[in-house]
Amino acid sequence: MYGKKVKLRFLFLALILVSVILSVFLILQSLKDNVVYFQSPTEIKFLIELDKKIRIGGMVKEQSISINSNEVNFIITDFKNEINVTYSGAVPNLFSEGKGVVAEGFLKDRNYFSATKILAKHDENYMPPEVKEAIGDK
Amino acid sequence: MLANQIGYYSLILGLLFSFLLCVVLIKDFNNNKRINWNVFTLSFLQFTFVVVSFLSLILSFINSDFSNETVFNNSHTTKPLFYKISGTWGNHEGSLLLWLLVLTLFIFLFLIKSSQQPKKYRILTLLFQQIIIIGFFLFVLMTSNPFNYLFPIPKEGLGLNPILQDPILAIHPPILYLGYVGSSIIFSSSLAAVTQNYISKKWALHIKKWVLVSWVFLSTGIMLGSIWAYYELGWGGFWFWDPVENISLMPWLTLTALLHCILVLERRIALTSWIVILSIATFMFSMCGTFLVRSGILNSVHTFANDPARGIFILIFLFVLIFLSLGIFFLFDKENNKSSNNFFWLSKETFILVNNWFMMYFLSVVLIGTVYPIFLDVISTEKISVGPPFYHKLIIPFLAPFLLFMAFGPKLKWIKSKIENKNSLIIFFIISVALTFVILKNITTDLLFYTILISAAFFLFFTNLKELFVEKFNNISRVIAHFGFSLFILAVLFNSILSSEIITNIKVGEKYNYNETEILFEKIEEKKESNYKVIIGYFKITGENGKTIQLKPELRIYNQPIIITSEADIKTTLLEDKFLAMNLVKNDEYFNIRYQVKPFMLWIWISVLLISLGGLMSLVKKKYAK
Repeated sequence: MYGKKVKLRFLFLALILVSVILSVFLILQSLKDNVVYFQSPTEIKFLIELDKKIRIGGMVKEQSISINSNEVNFIITDFKNEINVTYSGAVPNLFSEGKGVVAEGFLKDRNYFSATKILAKHDENYMPPEVKEAIGDK
Repeated sequence: MLANQIGYYSLILGLLFSFLLCVVLIKDFNNNKRINWNVFTLSFLQFTFVVVSFLSLILSFINSDFSNETVFNNSHTTKPLFYKISGTWGNHEGSLLLWLLVLTLFIFLFLIKSSQQPKKYRILTLLFQQIIIIGFFLFVLMTSNPFNYLFPIPKEGLGLNPILQDPILAIHPPILYLGYVGSSIIFSSSLAAVTQNYISKKWALHIKKWVLVSWVFLSTGIMLGSIWAYYELGWGGFWFWDPVENISLMPWLTLTALLHCILVLERRIALTSWIVILSIATFMFSMCGTFLVRSGILNSVHTFANDPARGIFILIFLFVLIFLSLGIFFLFDKENNKSSNNFFWLSKETFILVNNWFMMYFLSVVLIGTVYPIFLDVISTEKISVGPPFYHKLIIPFLAPFLLFMAFGPKLKWIKSKIENKNSLIIFFIISVALTFVILKNITTDLLFYTILISAAFFLFFTNLKELFVEKFNNISRVIAHFGFSLFILAVLFNSILSSEIITNIKVGEKYNYNETEILFEKIEEKKESNYKVIIGYFKITGENGKTIQLKPELRIYNQPIIITSEADIKTTLLEDKFLAMNLVKNDEYFNIRYQVKPFMLWIWISVLLISLGGLMSLVKKKYAK
């Protein structure tokens, strides 16, 4: 009887251990694949991996937005470098020239970015910390 | 002006009563008589003064008293009265005052509702709770005083962020706070119970009510926030795995785990240490939520101001509470001799334990996904974000076994059980798989994956449906909550499989065709409201079935602060939502529109309400027959 009890408990502990290790492994593995890095237009010039999904943050350059029935084109700048963005999707309310923006998507090359999502900000005066850092204290 | 002064001094008085209360409580501790009457008086006075303080802040908002800095920052004379009032807690200072209000209310309720409990346990709970209350008093008074005086007095305020001017968002914070703060009572009381070695069936019966109260409020509060995000932010979804959403989900997960463990404790002395850990964790996650959301680390609509002093204060406070609680836990939590954690494998207890494993797994996924970007930002300069695919990949596959266990577990008896009604379970299972296969055959490419998932949900759905109508109502609250959960999963899954979306840029008078849907942009109309100008778009949409509906999304241009918001127009029916949001890009003649057909949206909200209703019914139903 005693032997059976110990055996059961050992089995139980082993089960917990295996499931914990498995879940940690799964989480970390999945994290590696699904992380999206944030870059400024300047950082893109030095980026090595070009085919991963990234986020680009900066200011929408004045007089750079143009729109047709399929897409919106604009330029993101950090006042040192800039990048052309094409986007076909829903545009958030606070997207306008001279304002901060974060776009998510894929690079076509170092100068062209195809965005799949433009992130909404919630407040006129508020600037995402990433953008603030990307453009310096301008 | 006067209201301002009254509010401020009431707060200080409230803090003084806290200290007095602590002194009286400590003196009273070794006294064998009943609890000193002064405790009731002081606790009531403390609550009253916080109420007075809160009311005077509301009054300042109603009167647009701009000598008050909080009012100046968050209000405007042209704002409708309703939003002047809701603006009281739509900002950092006011919302903390609300926290304090609920804290003092709950501790007073605890005091008068716990007269059946041992005296020392009650006193210790009050003491722990007063430590939290004092912490919040100091936090409000030192770093976020809602009654700061401004001179010279400005003529006009800065206004409330327009996207917060919304009826649902007016009640979302108070309800969520009732849930968060309810967990503080559970925290204090389980610490008190540990020190008094009072974790027993009697304690379980008593604390279960508080667990249910905070669970119901937390569930409802999260749902309200989600409904708001659905129609106001115009992203056309209800959950985005945004850090701010995740943070409210984490205490919900631990609280749900706790709720199930308490059920075990009601029957037999088991899992005692685990229950204490869950109680501590729930409150810590609530506090961390407040910390992360308020400190400006996460960027969201909840971030009101980035004052580092506030973040540091909460951080220190948090660490004090964590060390205090863990210290108490390790000092007093002796391995209870009565406690036996040896469960027979086929029993309700085991399945509740399985529920807890799943909850902890979901929790760690959400926790890592939320915290890892912050962590990486602190230790390096890398800035990353973790998107929905991460959560979907890790959570969705585990839902299938979770649902099966959930259907199976409640059928078992406590302590030791046999499998009963094997035949009906097998029949239900076959029906679920067959039904799912027939439904999904033509609509999805990922047949195997979704068949497994959805048939598990249908299985839970049918077993609970049977219990609801066929079997006698022995535990109707549980059946309703679990039934609600199966409905929730079904609604969410079918919603995600069947949703369709059209995004395009369109001019007034133009037509846009996609598949068999035709969108006609008829005209726009301008109107003026008290504090905003509105542009209404008139759209005629002809769907695949040939029916035409009219949708009128709006663009609102608020005067103070000048912000454009878009109000989606949503036609809701039992089967599907039709959602249309429009936006103006660069004052050009092109409007950016997003049209979505989202099946079963209404059922997502209904199912969450059912889940909460289950909790509510368990709260009001008569105590179990001994």
